[in-house]
Amino acid sequence: MKKTKLLNSEAKWGYGLVAPTIIGLLILNIWPFIQTLILSFTNAKKFGSYDFVGLTNYVRMFQSTEFWQATWNSIYFCILTVPVGIILALLLAVFLNSKIKGKVVFRAIYFLPMVVAPVAVAMVWKWMFNSNYGIINDVLGLHIDWLTNPHLAIVSCAVVSIWSSVGYDAVLLLSGLQNVPKTLYEAADLDGATKIQQFFHVTLPMVSPTLFMVIIMRLMSSLKVYDIMYMMISESNPALLDTQSLMYLFYRESFVIGSKGYGSAIVVWTVVLIGIVTALQFWGQKKWVNYDV
Amino acid sequence: MNTNEISAEKTAPKLHSVKKSRNSGKIIIYILLGLGAVLMIFPFLWMLLTSFKTNAQAMQVPPTFFPTQWNFDSYAKALESLPFGNLYLNTGLMIVFRVLTTAAFCSMAGFAFAKLKFKGRNLLFSLILIQMMLPSQIFIIPQFQMLASLGLTNTIFALVFPGIVSAFGTFFLRQTYMGIPDELIEAAYLDGANTWQVFTKICFPLTKTALAAISIFTAVFAYTDLMWPLIANTDLNMMTLTSGLSTLNGQFTTNYPVLMAGSLLSMLPMVALYLVFQKQFIEGIAATGGK
Repeated sequence: MKKTKLLNSEAKWGYGLVAPTIIGLLILNIWPFIQTLILSFTNAKKFGSYDFVGLTNYVRMFQSTEFWQATWNSIYFCILTVPVGIILALLLAVFLNSKIKGKVVFRAIYFLPMVVAPVAVAMVWKWMFNSNYGIINDVLGLHIDWLTNPHLAIVSCAVVSIWSSVGYDAVLLLSGLQNVPKTLYEAADLDGATKIQQFFHVTLPMVSPTLFMVIIMRLMSSLKVYDIMYMMISESNPALLDTQSLMYLFYRESFVIGSKGYGSAIVVWTVVLIGIVTALQFWGQKKWVNYDV
Repeated sequence: MNTNEISAEKTAPKLHSVKKSRNSGKIIIYILLGLGAVLMIFPFLWMLLTSFKTNAQAMQVPPTFFPTQWNFDSYAKALESLPFGNLYLNTGLMIVFRVLTTAAFCSMAGFAFAKLKFKGRNLLFSLILIQMMLPSQIFIIPQFQMLASLGLTNTIFALVFPGIVSAFGTFFLRQTYMGIPDELIEAAYLDGANTWQVFTKICFPLTKTALAAISIFTAVFAYTDLMWPLIANTDLNMMTLTSGLSTLNGQFTTNYPVLMAGSLLSMLPMVALYLVFQKQFIEGIAATGGK
């Protein structure tokens, strides 16, 4: 008797305590998610009522070269940023994990871009990349249109993205490295393994679960890149079409041009794409991620 | 004795060379880390130096490294073109409200999901997981339409709105509450505490570190976010530092000293906080890592 009463009150407290979060999620996320799916089948504009138009938005999307270019740009941006960014972050983490002085200072410096808004970061890089007066062309003694050349602009954006995230990724990897038992290195030392052998045969397998998590996170955020491009590549930039990511296209279609139906279709596609890429990663991880130890 | 001598002779140079190669390895690491650090710092330094130059001097070819005379006009111009007082206030209020609601609601739900048994708990928790898997952009159009239909665009509430609850925060704090031993809770019940007291007096105080981490994460995320504030509040006086700064880009396309001054003014508060609470920032954001 007493126990059922206790259970009842426990359940009441349970519902009461999760209520704000669950109601909030339903209103702010679950319902909007369903709404976006519905909107993608309508001709919704900036304001006013709209009609169902079936698959029109998706047909238009899959026939649009701008859309396919944006899809490729998003994937290309991942190819440009993820491997290089992760390798640099891993190197940085290994260095920060060695017995050196001033680790705290180095860590703080590399982490700094994390607390600066990408808008401010993009602003200064845009200035440094300036083709006429930028410090980068001046130092290199070149005259390159870093931000207006259609082939280069996306690479320049990738450089800024890697610069911004390398410290953050390194801090995450560092916490993985610190969990590798010292005894493994001592054993490897006794076996006469060089530092480089130790890295590939001890460090890498041991840190692979953290590495996998960081790669997934970096892939997702690269596929969703928006703010750096929005700031560095303006509407009138000749490199816009060859640079804009899906999220940039989504923003322009939904909130600049104002076709919310079409914009919704783009964002639904982006979610599908992220799902595919993530699934591929989880499928591929069996070959290299080591959860045994 | 003879053999000992030989072995000592043999090993001594070896040890010496190992130590030497370790030292040279360290020197290489210092050099690489130092070069990297220069690359990390330089853009901020260049921002600072440019902001004190006149526009003519900034565009000088070849550029001069230091300003020939320190000039504060760009700061005056940036302060004139953007209502920085409002931007600081709006950003501050947005962060305070988001952190408070996140901390309160996520703690409550995190505790309930970790320590209380009730029907449908797993089903409700799956809502949290679903939200975490979806990118925030998929919610943006309907969130904006909701806000617009309520006539609440261009308000502080609009800035706080999508961040009132946090699925990730709930998930993160649930992990923390799961780490609290059940014995502690049972003992409190035996002492006559009710569920609310167990939550507020026993469990909540044990989550301080996690709470600090999620608060810092929430604050930094809110501060750096661009798309939502840009859409929700189009009145310059109601913008955040980030969205306000982005409008400067169109106004002063070629006046880089003003753009740099504006950037510096907008990043100052967060960087100052970071320099003071550097350890908490890094460890907090690293603890919430993966999101």
